[in-house]
This record gives sequence, C-alpha cells and structure tokens, in this order.
Amino acid sequence: MVSIEQYGDFETSWCPGCGNFSLLKGLKQALAGLDLAPHQVMVSSGIGQAAKAPHYMNCHMFNGLHGRSLPVAQGMKMANPEMTVLCESGDGCLYGEGGNHFLAAIRRNLDITLLAHNNQIYGLTKGQGSPTTTRGQVTKTQPDGVESDPFNPVAVAVAMKAGFVARAFSGEPDHLTEMIQAGIRHKGFALIDIMQPCVSFNKVNTFAWYKEHSYLIENHDTSDWHAALALADEFPERIPLGIFYEADKPLREDGDVLAVHEYAKDDLKAVLDSFA
Amino acid sequence: MSEANINIVIGGGAGQGLATVGQLMSKAVIRAGYHLLVRQDYMSRIRGGHNTFSLRMGPDPVESPCEPINILVALNEETVALHRDELMDGGIIIADRKIDTGIANTLKVPYDELASKPLYYNVVALGVLGSTVCNDIGIIEELLAQTFAKKGSAIIEANLEVLRASYEWVKQQDFDFSCIAPPPEDAGSNLMMNGNEGIAMGALAAGCNFVTFYPMTPSTSVATTLINKGRRLGLKYEQVEDEIAAMNMALGASYAGARPIVTTSGGGFALMAEAVSLAGVSETPIVTVVVQRPGPATGMATRTEQGDLGFVLHAGHGEFPRAIFAPGTVEECFYLTHHAFGLAEQFQTPIFILSDQFLADSYRNVERFDVDSLPEIAGPLLKPEDSSYRRYELTDDGVSPRLVPGFSETLVRADSHEHAQSGVITEDPANRVCQNNKRLSKGNGLWEEVIGPDYYGEKGAEVVLMCWGSSLGACLEAADKVNGKSVGVLHFKQVYPLREEQFMDVLEQAGEVIAVEGNATAQFAKLVALETGFQVSGSVLRFDGRPLTPEYVLRGLESII
Ligand SMILES: Cc1ncc(C[n+]2csc(CCOP(=O)(O)OP(=O)(O)O)c2C)c(N)n1
Ligand code: SF4
Repeated sequence: MVSIEQYGDFETSWCPGCGNFSLLKGLKQALAGLDLAPHQVMVSSGIGQAAKAPHYMNCHMFNGLHGRSLPVAQGMKMANPEMTVLCESGDGCLYGEGGNHFLAAIRRNLDITLLAHNNQIYGLTKGQGSPTTTRGQVTKTQPDGVESDPFNPVAVAVAMKAGFVARAFSGEPDHLTEMIQAGIRHKGFALIDIMQPCVSFNKVNTFAWYKEHSYLIENHDTSDWHAALALADEFPERIPLGIFYEADKPLREDGDVLAVHEYAKDDLKAVLDSFA
Repeated sequence: MSEANINIVIGGGAGQGLATVGQLMSKAVIRAGYHLLVRQDYMSRIRGGHNTFSLRMGPDPVESPCEPINILVALNEETVALHRDELMDGGIIIADRKIDTGIANTLKVPYDELASKPLYYNVVALGVLGSTVCNDIGIIEELLAQTFAKKGSAIIEANLEVLRASYEWVKQQDFDFSCIAPPPEDAGSNLMMNGNEGIAMGALAAGCNFVTFYPMTPSTSVATTLINKGRRLGLKYEQVEDEIAAMNMALGASYAGARPIVTTSGGGFALMAEAVSLAGVSETPIVTVVVQRPGPATGMATRTEQGDLGFVLHAGHGEFPRAIFAPGTVEECFYLTHHAFGLAEQFQTPIFILSDQFLADSYRNVERFDVDSLPEIAGPLLKPEDSSYRRYELTDDGVSPRLVPGFSETLVRADSHEHAQSGVITEDPANRVCQNNKRLSKGNGLWEEVIGPDYYGEKGAEVVLMCWGSSLGACLEAADKVNGKSVGVLHFKQVYPLREEQFMDVLEQAGEVIAVEGNATAQFAKLVALETGFQVSGSVLRFDGRPLTPEYVLRGLESII
C-alpha cells in the first residue's frame, strides 16, 4: 500500500488559508488511495501559485512555462504511455495563456488528467482578473470591473465532448479526492476544474461564497450530454460539484515507451534504399 | 565545369504537374548515373502562377543552380515569355505546338496527338525530354512502372504507351541539339534526395523517434518525410495546435526519454523562442530545424533567404549555450543532423539546423550514406548510479547525468525556474551563480566539438569568398570562373559557436575577404567580426528571394575585386 506520507510534506510559499493546501492534500490522498507510488506519477505544471504544487510533493515533475503545461504533459504521455500523467496549474495559466492548448488537448484525448486550480483570479501576479473572473468584478487592473464574460471551462469541455468533465471544491476534501481519483481512472483526457479560494486577492469568491454557491450534483446521468451542458451553464450563479459528463472515446494508441525503443539498422537502410 | 553539363528548366503553372515531371526526370537522370542539382522556384498558390523546376545535370559534379538555359520545357506561354532570353546559344524550347515561341529551335510537341487525355501530358513531357537528352528509355519505363505500381497493370501500360510514343516522336524531328556526354562509369547507385529529406533521414539515423510540428513552408517536408519514412522505425508524431505546443510537447517527450525534433520556419520559430529558453534552463535535449524563407513576418512563403541567423543565434531569453549548423549540401544535411542529435544528448541544450528553401527543395544525387560508421549516440540513464541522484548536479563540465523518469524509484525533477541541484525552485544567490555557471560551462564542451569551416583553394588566395549554408555551391563555381585572380572559398557549415584558430589564418592570409550571403545585412560576417574582430572587405548579398547562383556572385564581384 502506498501511504500519503510517501508524497512528503514540504514547506510552501502559499498564503495561510489558501485553497491550494487542501487541493494538494486531496491530490496526494487520491494518488496514495489509487496505490500509485511517487515514481509512477509524472506531473507537468505551468507558472502561478497553483503551478508550484508539484514542487511540494514527491513525484516526477516538469515545472515548465506559463500556459504550457498541457503540451508538456502530452509529450510525456506520448513518450511513456505507461506512466500516470497529470497536469496542474491555475485558471490564468490553463484557460488564458494556455487556452488553445486546452482546446487541443480535449480533442487529442490522451490519457492524462488535468487539475485546474480555479481561484477566479491571478494569484502570483497579485490579483488581476483571470479568464474565469466574474463579469463586473473590480480588480487592480480592472478598476471599472471586468468587462468580459467569464470563460466557462466545464461548459466548453462538455460542449467538446471531453471524455471526463468534473468540478470539485477545495472546501469539500473527500469529494475532491474522489473526483481526482475518478479522473485518473478515466481512460482519456479528464478535466477536474477545482474551485479554490485565493484569500489574498479574490475577496468576492471566498471560501464562504463557494460554500454558499456550490452544491453536490445528485441524480444526474453523466452520459446525458444535454443535461451536462445545462448543469455546466449554471455557472457562475450556482456551482455544481461532481461529474458532469463521462464518455468512452477513442483513445490514442499507446505504443512503445520511447526511451527503450530501438529501431533495427536494417530497417533504416531499407528506408534509405527507398530514395534510390 | 565542362560543357557536358546542361541546364533544363521546366516551367508552368501550379497544378500542371511540373514537379512530377521534374521529379521523375531527376530520378531517371540519377539512375542513369549522372550528377544532378535541382532548383525549385514556385509561387505561394495552388493553381496557376509561374513555377519552375530546374535540373542541372551531367557527367561532371554540379555544385549550384545556374542561369543560362540549355533546354526550356514550357508547359505554358508565360514560361516562354519569362525565360526565352535566358536560353544559351544553341538552346532549345520544348513546347506545345500551339504555343508560338518565336524561337526557331523549338520542338513543337503535339500533346493532343501523343496523349489521348490531358492526364497524360506529364508523361509526354517526360518522354520528349528524356529522348531529347538521350536518357535510356528503359530507365524511364521502369520508373513509370514503379510510380504507378499501386494503380494496376492497365494504368501502367497506358502510361508506358504514351511514354514510348513521345520518346519515338522526338527521333523523327529535325532540331539542333546533341545528346549529353555519357555518365561516369562508376556511378549508378546514388540516391535522390533533397535537403529536407536529408535532414529527416539524418534525424532517423540518429535515433530520432518523436516529431512535433505545425505546417509551415518550406519546412513541412522535413516532418512529412519523418512521418512517411519513420513510422516503420517506431517514430511517433503529432501535428500540433501551434508552434508553441510543438516545442513544449517535444520537451515533455524529451524529458520522458524520447529523442525529439521540431521543424519550422522563421515565423513559427518566433513562437518557439519562449520554449527554446525553457530547453536551456531545464537542460532538455532538443534539435530544432529552421528552414529559412524571406521575412520579416510572412515575407515570401515559397522563396529563399539566409535571413534568420541573427534570430536563431539570439532566440530565447536568458543565457544558455547552443550550437547552430548550416548545411551546404544534402550530404551535410544528413551528417550534421545526426551530429546535432549527438550534441543535444551530450550537452542537454538546444541545437539548431539552419537550412533554407533552396536547399530544402533541391534534389541532388547523393552517395549512399555510410550508416554503419556513424558514431553511436549515447542516450540518457535509465537507472541512477546511486541514491544520491540529483538532476542538476554540479559537475566539472557542467553536464549532469540525465535520468529518464519511470525506470527506477528515483524522482526526476525538472524546472523552468532557477533551481537547486535537486530541481527544487530557489532564489538563493549563490546557487543561482553556480547553476548559471554550470549551464554556461557546457558551452566549453560544445566549443571543443566545433566543426571548422572547409577551405577550398590555395592558401593566401588573392580573394577569399566567405559563405555559410546553402551558398556553398554558387561560391565554388563562381570562384572557378573568376579570371586572372586566385580565389578561394571558406565555407562554414557550423555557424555557432566559432573557433578562431580553425579559420583565422585563412582570413588573414587572404588578399581580400568577401562575404557572400543570402541576406541584406551580411549577418554572418557581422558575427565573425563580433567573435574575432575580423572585418570583411566587401560583400555580395542576395535577398530578392532567389538562391545565389555563380552568375549572381560573379556580377557582384565585378564591382568589388
Ligand atoms: C509568459 C508569461 N507571462 C506572464 C507571466 C506572469 N505570470 C505568472 S503567474 C501568472 C498568472 C497566474 O494566475 P493563475 O494561472 O490563475 O494561477 P494562480 O497564481 O492564481 O494559482 C502570470 C500572469 C509569466 N510567468 N510568463
Ligand atoms: S495569492 Fe492567493 S492563490 Fe496565491 S497562495 Fe496566496 S491565497 Fe493562494
């Protein structure tokens, strides 16, 4: 049995009370619960407070660039299909800078799990509006209130028929763990959009606000795409938590582990001969 | 160059199949044992326009494209109008009999009689051209049969019939053109390959097993060749959403143990610059192919230039080592790409191949590569040497052992931030200096491995032409044709880093050094000046989107030497 202790306990640079703490704990619990040891897990992350998470746990890690965690994660998975690959970052990173990669990753449907730490604000750069900030919310860089509609990642993922779409909340740790586990178990691209209060910069979407606005999804058929879309459309007024949509989709062929793959020299020569 | 070599230009609109005629003719010429060099000139459109496929061929080695034309195959009238004046004395035009060429020495081809449908006009052109230069019809027949092998014997027979009729038709005609000299005796087993194919095959020979790309002319055929030829060797590939993803995905794969390549042109590379820097700091091996076309921005999509040296040299923020190769021939495309993979694996830093549209699309006859004697490229570790493994261990040469995650319980932690030896993010000033020095010191190893320039000519020549990349051939031929002066050529196939002692004596002993480059600002000469203090005395520069030719270089030299 893998224990949560194997994932270690690190000092972080997060603010006391930040939602990232319970999110990280939920992730470690989920991995240990699935009996995955740290060396079986690769995590790619971007830049932001959320993206520091893999620094604070034992696992293989590639902490890359802002917005670019998904391409890196997909490269990892293609090179070594035997590993459990996760991608972790903030809403600005994944849906803003990395928006195009988000859409492409859903279409590509590799077996990776995306954990979006969604605090509806830019944390690390100190409180600017993010793609998921509610319209009208006043921030340091939007003093007249955000003038764009919020991006609804869950609705987009459902609309694109991503194989697994769920939302969780760092204030519901057991449910969060369950969602992460279900996402990892799903064979294909899985999105878990995780609401996570930023105590320093988001004074609107606070812990209490999320508690008040969120509820656990009940009696929903996760294979019902239209129902899933309708549920997703409740955001930002209400925040349903749980699995919105799940479907079996054609998965990329796994193929070889490239680090140990070698081609035969005769095959190379035959290929060269085709130029004669 | 002996007069035995001839220059055939096939011209027409896009969609008329001129590339097919050109490629089949090229293959026939190479199978017959001749030397060949192709220049393709095309417009960025799918139908119409004016395109040319030029074959310079003959029993003697050919180094570069040239301007005077021996045979002009005109698939439309525009070709005649545009290129008639380039015909040499005694040159001929091959055209549809309906086209009035205004030139007496014209083979007026009855396309509609020789072929039942326009579909076969390609084959008519091939037969007529092959017959005109007295290429063995047996070779062309075999080629056609192979080309249409999948389509069944009826189609093959129909094509062969048109071919034979066209080939025979030429023999009945009265025109003034003699067969070219026979090929050299020892030839016959050469390959036909262009620069992009050379790069792709060099990559495969180096064990490259992963390619990500976003299509961009003129680089795309590196990726398509890799995909078409590499799948059976186990290569994985992905056409991604953008160049940013291409580079980041390749880095993720590299981290996880793949041996990746990314292919692009200048505009795409601009998007990759961010991740070049990521490769530098995370010390992730990556080979990037940049096939140049004229910029700025979208520039001229299908034309050629050597204008991105400065960009590739500086791309990526922060300081980290890199090496840049600029092949001058298809052989160099192959061997330098293989070498680039070796360096990327060894020094864990971005390595670049800088080619251009001219070389990319230039088919040549190449001797079969000696794959058995290529040096082995050592891969990363699968198991750590001991339990104290750290990804960014400080070492004397700056190279830390690279471990692939997933084959042991040891964790591998890579980071884009400044990091400690363990890979953990830190802003400690002393650590920063150590890690930065560690990365930069890998540059010493790269410097040890620098491939010096090749010098052609006698030491202390009155004039030395200094060039890099694909301009080699035009310089060699131009040097040969300068009257009354000794001219040498100094060609750099590695353009960064530079090692002074490998070439300074040549520069210093030369009477005059003239930079010959396919850009407007003599980028390489400036780099040489920056690195060594040496100033060239003049330059011949071309930046009209067309490749350097010996004639262009000679015209440029007239006014300065
Ligand atoms: C290319 C690039 N642009 C901008 C930044 C600056 N930056 C760092 S984190 C960040 C936003 C982080 O917000 P989010 O992704 O929501 O994560 P959080 O910090 O809230 O967890 C930005 C804009 C960067 N590091 N790189
Ligand atoms: S700034 Fe916000 S997101 Fe970042 S650590 Fe502090 S509370 Fe958490």
